[in-house]
Amino acid sequence: MDNVKNTLLEPVVSNNPIALQILGICSALAVTSSLKVSFVMCVALTVVCAFSNLFVSLIRHSIPGSIRIIVQMIIIASLVIVVDQVLKAVAYEISKQLSVFVGLIITNCIVMGRAEAFAMKNPPLPSFLDGIGNGLGYSVILLIVAFVRELFGSGTLWGYEIFAATTNGGWYVPNGMMLMPPSAFFLIGLLIWALRSWKKTQVEKPDFKITENSQASEVA
Amino acid sequence: MEYYLSLLVRSIFIDNIALSMFLGMCTFIALSKKIDAAIGLGVAVIVVQTVTVPVNNLLFTYFLADGALDWAGLPEVNLSFLVFLCFIGVIAAIVQILEMVLDKYVPALYNALGVFLPLITVNCAILGGSLLMQERGYDFAESLVFGFGSGMSWALAIAVLAGIREKLKYSDIPEGLQGLGIVFITVGLVSLGFMSFGGIDL
Repeated sequence: MDNVKNTLLEPVVSNNPIALQILGICSALAVTSSLKVSFVMCVALTVVCAFSNLFVSLIRHSIPGSIRIIVQMIIIASLVIVVDQVLKAVAYEISKQLSVFVGLIITNCIVMGRAEAFAMKNPPLPSFLDGIGNGLGYSVILLIVAFVRELFGSGTLWGYEIFAATTNGGWYVPNGMMLMPPSAFFLIGLLIWALRSWKKTQVEKPDFKITENSQASEVA
Repeated sequence: MEYYLSLLVRSIFIDNIALSMFLGMCTFIALSKKIDAAIGLGVAVIVVQTVTVPVNNLLFTYFLADGALDWAGLPEVNLSFLVFLCFIGVIAAIVQILEMVLDKYVPALYNALGVFLPLITVNCAILGGSLLMQERGYDFAESLVFGFGSGMSWALAIAVLAGIREKLKYSDIPEGLQGLGIVFITVGLVSLGFMSFGGIDL
């Protein structure tokens, strides 16, 4: 039971796919200008990641080593087609806003990375949970970024008005910058900073460091 | 002619696929430490993108689009749901072929690009380029220009970032921001810079 909890929760904080492993950032940045759209994206990715892990793990003994990447990719691509068709049928407006990014789940490094690194070596159930865990780790970052961007960018959350915008006679002047691409980069950068100040072990070693207490005479 | 020129400029500067569409970010961040590697990867992306986008365009127009199989006597067939599977297959195949052709006929180029080619199959910039081409409904000539332009834009962005990062490693950065954190902030600033191209209209 403890094991299950670990597989599920470890990717969320201590081994976050986005903040630590720099995987799957493309979509994390692009779809986060609205909370609703990002939520749909999170669900889509978690589903694809969990099931691709499950299926890859189920047939892991019969995949020849030399073509495993292609096999994984076909499994993932087929799952993405299913997700895309479901989204088009159920939530057409949102699937229009997600545009190419649902398709890009195929090349999302989180999905490929987990299939290759975890599902190829582990039995189906832990693989499935690992897929969900990594999906959640991705979702946490995505939802935090989307929350900040939508709240300050348009004064709404999930489409409901939180800060009355000046355009509707309220007091809040929407920060248009938040809806632009650069803000997503800044937010993820700051988020990584916050996470690493909390979990010190994740701090990267710099290539060059200023020498402590050195005097001008020693340096020269 | 003017229209194609404007499309080219727009796909390189204004709709930069790395900085405003966020495509190919994983490789973009992971491989921008050294400027040589960044330029090598950039060139590889330009080549692959210029070939795959038009090929995928032909594939889509003559096989997958709604009613495209008319010439085969199947006017009611709509295979457009297969685009993901077909595009990624085409990309993987073209990258493989390119690798073999370069190895055989242009060994110098193969030595420079060889290590980057396999990485490109899973680069979202390539698949993203093809999917954007399909979504925007480009014709063959447009997709040729768009493929080249978007490849250029990605190469330009990664070269710029690698240049900055080479200087950045000497700077004294707060502990938690070291590495990945500062790279994101830098990319944000570069992206902000590229937004100034937004007003240009040819």
